[in-house]
Amino acid sequence: MSQQAQLSDENWTLLFLTWMIVTAATLGSLFFSHVMAFAPCVLCWYQRICLFPLVLILATGLFPFDKRVVNYSLPLAIAGWFTALYHNLLYSKIIPQELQPCSQGVSCTEKYIDLFGFLTIPMLSLLGFSTIITLLFLLKKRTSR
Amino acid sequence: MKYKIFAGTCLALIGIFLATSFYYKAQQAEQYDAMAKNNLSTFVKAYSQTLGNADAKVVLVEFMDPACETCAAFSPIVKQMMAENPGKIKLVLRYAPFHDGADYFVKILEAAKNQGKYWETLEVMFNSQSEWASHHDPQPQKIWQFLPAAGLDLERIKQEMHDPEIAKRIEQDLADANTLNVRKTPGFFVNGRPLETFGAKQLYQLIQSEIKANY
Repeated sequence: MSQQAQLSDENWTLLFLTWMIVTAATLGSLFFSHVMAFAPCVLCWYQRICLFPLVLILATGLFPFDKRVVNYSLPLAIAGWFTALYHNLLYSKIIPQELQPCSQGVSCTEKYIDLFGFLTIPMLSLLGFSTIITLLFLLKKRTSR
Repeated sequence: MKYKIFAGTCLALIGIFLATSFYYKAQQAEQYDAMAKNNLSTFVKAYSQTLGNADAKVVLVEFMDPACETCAAFSPIVKQMMAENPGKIKLVLRYAPFHDGADYFVKILEAAKNQGKYWETLEVMFNSQSEWASHHDPQPQKIWQFLPAAGLDLERIKQEMHDPEIAKRIEQDLADANTLNVRKTPGFFVNGRPLETFGAKQLYQLIQSEIKANY
């Protein structure tokens, strides 16, 4: 295999890995809402809006491999990351609760799960978006060489 | 090759999702069964309002909110199921006033109990609900114009609805709703078993299966 082809194969795998993480996160989110019956709050919905489309966008970029997929998916991932950051700040009370936008319906600061003392649902989201952004940037760097 | 990897991963992820869901539901059912056997008081409290034969072997526990539209829609359905199986079903009402300010209506309802007009009042509430419980513009005060239809002494209601005992009951019911994972109303349990998916047909089937098992 030529070096060129090998490089492009690695890029494909990297994108595939990103897609896998996105899809796993989407299914995890659906598990929380549909199986465990946790109602998503407003901020959760904004993060979902940024996350769910990535499943299809990244999959489209895989067949055939299109490096420009990064340009289309990064803005969504970054918007999701900022929403997740805001959500975490609310959640950990760094931003006072009075400022939160969801007074009706489900509270954005209601604690549903807390794994190992720090892994809450908003934290999972922030970690997920961070990973996705890192992988997409890595791919961008590799393909723009 | 890449297509195969992709398709395989899709199948694997969906498979994992379905398997975990199935496992989670099974675990939950087991948990509820254990709770129904060992911890009956989480489902039924001494103060809870009941309807139907006190010795019925099928106990239908409903966590409800007087301001909840679906609870109002379910009321005739539940009554019809009870009428179809006379003496076999006991309905226990618990409160889960999740709507903003809905505890106000629960207080009126509990105060109406003192006048022996519980079910009449609930029916009036459900029938007039659209007038005072609109999501965009809730107007709790509007309920008072409908209450005389239940034959209530309104002055007495106004005095007794602020009884701290009633507030305590609401708090206890909400705590039990939380324990039982009730996050939406109405939340139904038939002999301690929750609905796996929500719906009138599903409730009907669950009740039928419990009647078959107990009679």
